[in-house]
Amino acid sequence: MRQLPALCHFLPYTCSQVTNPSIDPLREPMELKTYLGRKPDKLEFDENGRLVTKLTPQLVLNVPIMFSAMSFGSISLNACESLARAATQLGIYYNTGEGGLHSSLYRYGKNTIAQVASGRFGVHADYLNAAAALEIKIGQGAKPGIGGHLPGEKVRAEVSATRMIPEGSDAISPAPHHDIYSIEDLRQLIYALKEATNYAKPVIVKIAAVHNVAAIASGIARAGADIIAIDGFRGGTGAAPLRIRDNVGIPIEMAIAAVDTRLKEEGIRHQVSVVAAGSMRNSADIIKAIALGADAVYIATSALIAIGCHMCQKCNTGKCNWGIATQDPQLVKRLNPNIGARRLVNLITAWEHEIKEMLGGMGINSIESLRGNREMLRGVGLTQKEMDILGIKAAGE
Amino acid sequence: MLEYVIIGNSAAAVGAIEGIRQRDNTGSITVISEEPYYAYSRPLISYLLAGTADDKKMAYRDVGFYEDNGVSLLLGVKAVSIDTTSKEVILSNGKAVTYDKLLIATGGKPFVPPMKGGDKKGIYTFIKRDDAERLKAVAKPGTKAVVIGGGLIGLKAAEGLVKCGVDVTVVELADRILSTILDEQAAAMVQEVLEGHNINVILNDTVTEVVGDNTVSGVILKNGQSIECDMVITAIGVRPNTDVAANTDISINRGIKVDDHMRANVEDIYAAGDVAEAYDIVYEDQRVTPIWPNAYMQGEVAGRNMAGDDVVFDSGFARNSISFFGLPMITAGIIKPVGNEYEVTSIVQPDKKVYKKAVFKSNRLVGFIRLTDIDRAGILTGLIKEKIDVSPFKDKLLDEDFGFVYMPKSYRKEKLLGVKRK
Amino acid sequence: MKRVYALEEYCVGCRLCEINCTVAHSESKDIIWAFKVEEPRPLPGILVEEVKPISFGLQCRHCDDAECIKSCITGAMHRDERGAVVCNADKCVGCWTCIMACPYGTIKRNEDKGNVVSKCDLCPDLPQPACVSNCPNEALIYVDRG
Ligand SMILES: Cc1cc2nc3c(=O)[nH]c(=O)nc-3n(C[C@H](O)[C@H](O)[C@H](O)COP(=O)(O)OP(=O)(O)OC[C@H]3O[C@@H](n4cnc5c(N)ncnc54)[C@H](O)[C@@H]3O)c2cc1C
Ligand code: SF4
Ligand code: SF4
Repeated sequence: MRQLPALCHFLPYTCSQVTNPSIDPLREPMELKTYLGRKPDKLEFDENGRLVTKLTPQLVLNVPIMFSAMSFGSISLNACESLARAATQLGIYYNTGEGGLHSSLYRYGKNTIAQVASGRFGVHADYLNAAAALEIKIGQGAKPGIGGHLPGEKVRAEVSATRMIPEGSDAISPAPHHDIYSIEDLRQLIYALKEATNYAKPVIVKIAAVHNVAAIASGIARAGADIIAIDGFRGGTGAAPLRIRDNVGIPIEMAIAAVDTRLKEEGIRHQVSVVAAGSMRNSADIIKAIALGADAVYIATSALIAIGCHMCQKCNTGKCNWGIATQDPQLVKRLNPNIGARRLVNLITAWEHEIKEMLGGMGINSIESLRGNREMLRGVGLTQKEMDILGIKAAGE
Repeated sequence: MLEYVIIGNSAAAVGAIEGIRQRDNTGSITVISEEPYYAYSRPLISYLLAGTADDKKMAYRDVGFYEDNGVSLLLGVKAVSIDTTSKEVILSNGKAVTYDKLLIATGGKPFVPPMKGGDKKGIYTFIKRDDAERLKAVAKPGTKAVVIGGGLIGLKAAEGLVKCGVDVTVVELADRILSTILDEQAAAMVQEVLEGHNINVILNDTVTEVVGDNTVSGVILKNGQSIECDMVITAIGVRPNTDVAANTDISINRGIKVDDHMRANVEDIYAAGDVAEAYDIVYEDQRVTPIWPNAYMQGEVAGRNMAGDDVVFDSGFARNSISFFGLPMITAGIIKPVGNEYEVTSIVQPDKKVYKKAVFKSNRLVGFIRLTDIDRAGILTGLIKEKIDVSPFKDKLLDEDFGFVYMPKSYRKEKLLGVKRK
Repeated sequence: MKRVYALEEYCVGCRLCEINCTVAHSESKDIIWAFKVEEPRPLPGILVEEVKPISFGLQCRHCDDAECIKSCITGAMHRDERGAVVCNADKCVGCWTCIMACPYGTIKRNEDKGNVVSKCDLCPDLPQPACVSNCPNEALIYVDRG
């Protein structure tokens, strides 16, 4: 893998000492609840103090962490179910990826984000309406500008039925959406999806972290997206061309900071929530992403590791020993979603505790007060330019 | 408070007592038993003869069984007749017992054929505990016995006698031993084992005369051959013991005719066990099925219904598990079908003494034989009982690894996960 | 009553349930000792049926309407205080009538122990059956489904 610096290692967060006392999360309440979606420009109330402003649909997260898109096909049904159940238990969301939604998973719809990607696999009205939010995938951090390819041997009966493609046929996602060549085109798709779901669900647009990400994000916000998901260059996948994976894209920290800054400058930050994705390896990465301006994060690889992934990098062979990246029934069985879900709940609960601990250390009792609060970060070993983009001071300053 | 009376004190009676007590804990239960014993395991009399079962093993229930269930036992007393109008049972001691609900569970009695010399000393039957005790007293090493009848009881007696050191000849009229539960192939394999244990088996023949002065000294067969012996055991069959119901309006065919609730045609009278003729789900006809499990189950159904329940007996069919000299066999239902509506598959492995056969009728299993490889045979029994359509796994049925894994998922889930079929 | 149910979707066919059943019913309760030293080695009360990719463990269902109890010719097979169907080895004569009767095929012959049956006893001395505790993929569950 490309040896670019993992920026998070150089962004120590500041801790309260003496003048700004820290908070003990074991004794005092700590709020991690996060609302994702467009916020109104202003709130209006009637003479009785009742809210008049019509609020746009929101995703409500108990913890600012979601499970990122991993399609049924690339991962097994039992892996999908582990994610779905854990999301439900945790009060967060998981993302279907571009593989459609298996009929047995509709019951987790309240905690499901349904993705619409360039291949439009498994996309139909019931699918869209079953979910809590919709996500248009434009790009993926591990392979910006590259399409997808699910080999025919993974397209067995269930995958074929879910994706609505013939059994055994390769599932090819084109690199671009063939109906999107401009922000206006994107706007059309966003509104088509809103129309199809009665304006009841927030729409997310997911893009890869690339150099002009800030300008693109601004366009996406203006196109009517409620949430922008930005996938950093270390985003995981079992199926990206090596040269692309190791050479294309920019670090997520830079992207988030740039986007947050730009949206704030344009006065439209409240119109859209920002989700950071790509290599959130631990709770400190999350703290840093949020301090740089993200509302929440997506995790994928960490989630898979929690349910048993050993990073043996055989995903593409379809012979995942742990029943995750495989469709072989004999292997899929190895992953009991009861166990998978429990481990995920365990992971997120542990991170939740850690996040609270760190917030307390900063003297903050609500995740909201951390969002975009770059004062909490200091850079070490970064150039002035990088620190400017990140909007942080150097350590010691 | 109801007065329950049960004539007989064996499997069917115990089933009835347990059945009654599932529903009624107050009614009085009186059991009339000609045999002066607590219920014992009748099939174990051959073990008793062979010396491998003691009193403890023979006892069918714990010592406290009758007391715990509030049963008054009239042991060593015979019921001689039934007055169905005054609802009382007349006993051999002159007394009478009145009933509200009566169960006739008198079992079977040996059929002893009329033969010349049949009144001599040294001729035995092999049905009761006392028979086994009597036989044990004379079955000394070196003595000789002729067993008339190569059925279950005859061969069990023969095995017991051989274990006592007796020199045994079995005479069977049919062309094979165990003709009700085995076909030719299986019978031949079992016969080989019996002969290997020095039992002399004579087929297609019978005893026409017992010779000797006062006591038996030999028999003469139909083919003229004579065989020396010190004792003769007649085991050519057991008939339903319907004596007590004779001269009443209780309807009797071969046994006492009962409906699916084990009710006889006369109100408040039930029959169960070897004495009853109930519906056989395999033959789809009324039949006497003289086997222990049927006796218990019929008794239980009768008991529950006597106590006011409404349950049907729907599992009547022949099935046997038996071993001779360590060779186990389990058979059930129709094992030698006649007619072209049947389909048969079988596997023979002579070196391992394995024989397996399945009989189907319109995609249902209606019978099987399993010799030596008897493991999990109950699955097949269950398929017969539940009248399952076996077509999806017919070809696997006799395989060594046959199990639920070959059955349709829905059926498997229902059976194994307790998920009820709609 | 609590019973063991197998989730065939998650059974990987490793047969650790069988192994741990044997260990739990051994004298030593030690896996090495039970398999290498003890004679006779207890038969597992659970058996794994497998035709890839389907596999699942199956042991006595402890039926409410137990055919084996009704059929047993000696009264050896009975229901204990816990509701579990168990065989009294002192009374069993090894006639295998229960094998003929059990519709699940869960009773085994234990000829090493002098012709008595061997079957699941739901591990009376353990908080839950050993097969359930030792299934690495939680494909056996111990729950009350009536
Ligand atoms: C040697 C032998 C081996 C067997 N082996 C097997 C086997 O391995 N498996 C199997 O399934 N079956 C076997 N059977 C058959 C099984 O024993 C019978 O099916 C079972 O005993 C029937 O039970 P029952 O309650 O109907 O009657 P029985 O057991 O026949 O009992 C009837 C009782 O009623 C008593 N009685 C009869 N008339 C009167 C009366 N008028 N007044 C009072 N008491 C009366 C009799 O004395 C007897 O005690 C075997 C039988 C024998 C003899
Ligand atoms: S041994 Fe078989 S018949 Fe008996 S209780 Fe267990 S599963 Fe039921
Ligand atoms: S083998 Fe034992 S437990 Fe089974 S029916 Fe025979 S005596 Fe009863």
